[in-house]
Amino acid sequence: MAVQTMAPRVDVPERRDLPSVPSETPSAQTKISVRDLDFFYGRTQALHNIRLDIPERVVMAFIGPSGCGKSTFLRTLNRMNDVIPGTRVSGEVTIDEHDIYAAGTDVVALRRKVGMVFQKSNPFPKSIFENVAYGLRINRVTSSKSELAGRVEQALQDAALWNEVKDRLKTSALSLSGGQQQRLCIARALAIRPQILLMDEPASALDPIATSKIEELIFDLKKQYTIVIVTHNMQQAARVSDTTAFFLLGKLIEVNATEKMFTAPNEKLTEDYITGRFG
Amino acid sequence: MNAIAARADRIRRISSALMTSLTALCTLLAVGALFLILAYIALQGIGSLNFQFLIDSPRPVGEGGGIGNAIMGSLVLLGISSAFGLPIGIAVGVYLSEVGNGQLASIVRFIVDTLTGIPSIVTGVFVYAILVLPMKHFSAFAGGVALALIMVPIVARTTEEMLKLVPHSLREGALALGAPQWRVTLGVVLPAAASGIATGAMLAIARVSGETAPLLFTAFGSRFFPTSLNEPIASLTVQIYNYAISPYDEWHAQAWAATLVLMTLILGINIIVRVLTRRKF
Repeated sequence: MAVQTMAPRVDVPERRDLPSVPSETPSAQTKISVRDLDFFYGRTQALHNIRLDIPERVVMAFIGPSGCGKSTFLRTLNRMNDVIPGTRVSGEVTIDEHDIYAAGTDVVALRRKVGMVFQKSNPFPKSIFENVAYGLRINRVTSSKSELAGRVEQALQDAALWNEVKDRLKTSALSLSGGQQQRLCIARALAIRPQILLMDEPASALDPIATSKIEELIFDLKKQYTIVIVTHNMQQAARVSDTTAFFLLGKLIEVNATEKMFTAPNEKLTEDYITGRFG
Repeated sequence: MNAIAARADRIRRISSALMTSLTALCTLLAVGALFLILAYIALQGIGSLNFQFLIDSPRPVGEGGGIGNAIMGSLVLLGISSAFGLPIGIAVGVYLSEVGNGQLASIVRFIVDTLTGIPSIVTGVFVYAILVLPMKHFSAFAGGVALALIMVPIVARTTEEMLKLVPHSLREGALALGAPQWRVTLGVVLPAAASGIATGAMLAIARVSGETAPLLFTAFGSRFFPTSLNEPIASLTVQIYNYAISPYDEWHAQAWAATLVLMTLILGINIIVRVLTRRKF
């Protein structure tokens, strides 16, 4: 497939203009490419024929009402849905031009490359240090204690948590506040240096101050990472993302530059949702 | 407030007070019974208790003697049964909670539940048939196996329940970092449930340390200190049983003292395990 793709891009009928590329990332490379993706929970089809390209080093936000499939879609990108019994995927998801659903794909290697932050912060009942070190240990990334400590510190700094926890790395992660726990989970994901970071409503359980910290963090992280964030909060999508995708009832309705999406969307359905006519 | 609402309110208050006192009363009854038993045993047992009694082996009536060999025997039996019963039970629990799903797991769960309900004397007879008869003699090993068989289903089910309490998000968090399933189970899920699993293990140990019936056919009992796992071995419960049904007052007193020791032993193990598995995080 073409390396230089217009991004973001969806299959849109000819009568409409292709969505414009966000100005910060002129003709970025496609990192994730999804083609004809269907997803089933048992007999219920949760995703219908998704086609989407996600360019490298941008923040893409998924918005849509509850149950529209945006989280399910996010979880197809690191095969997290494999864990749920009775699910089925068809179609193609390629990351760096490798089909991640091809037979023989190393799921462990995939998840190292595609990190994930969950809606509810889920630190392990271990110390702060051990939480961040976990991914490094299981993947045997570091070869010495000092290297491990260095990577942990770097990850905590990247997640803007280092200054708050540097004096108590050995205390329980569960003693941190909700916002700190979520940044710890981000640090944990960053420690193994993924290329893509999936965030499933990372700030939905946090207060406004903690939320703004996470949002600033996302802004910083996009220099290095491709970030896909699911959010319920449209203001948040508008604040943090370069491009936005709108899902409804398991279908991808529109993908557009965030600015255009929230001012002059192409689709009537998008406009109805954004202006609060439903959802 | 009108009259009807006031009346409804009064009824609600009265029934609430009534129910609260009822639950308090039942709690008192249950806890009170336990304390009565403990106090009675302490009272009856303390008289014959001295250091010599704890380290001596039994002697003929009138010559004193002690339960040192039975204490050691009980500890050996608990050691053997824990060595087999705890790992197997925990492994079955892990299978039921983390690995198995579908029909096979429900069959296993049903079998485990059935095992829990098997009377312990049946377990004793079973081990007698498969171990004691072929070996042609009673042994500490056979006693330990019988106790382990009683432990496995208890440990398996409590382990399963405790693992199911570990939030699913923890497993997903570890998987998302590229951890394979077995490392998630060993490194994250089991430690998160450790104190609960230890409680289950405790319950199982406490339960089997009070067992007499399965030991009668397997460990049999002995008047001497154990020298090998391949010979009959004394245990506190069998010793208590033998002394209690004897016609001698001295042995009755010793049975009470041995009971007190057994209770203290169980309490001691309980406290040690609690301290060791205290939630660190």
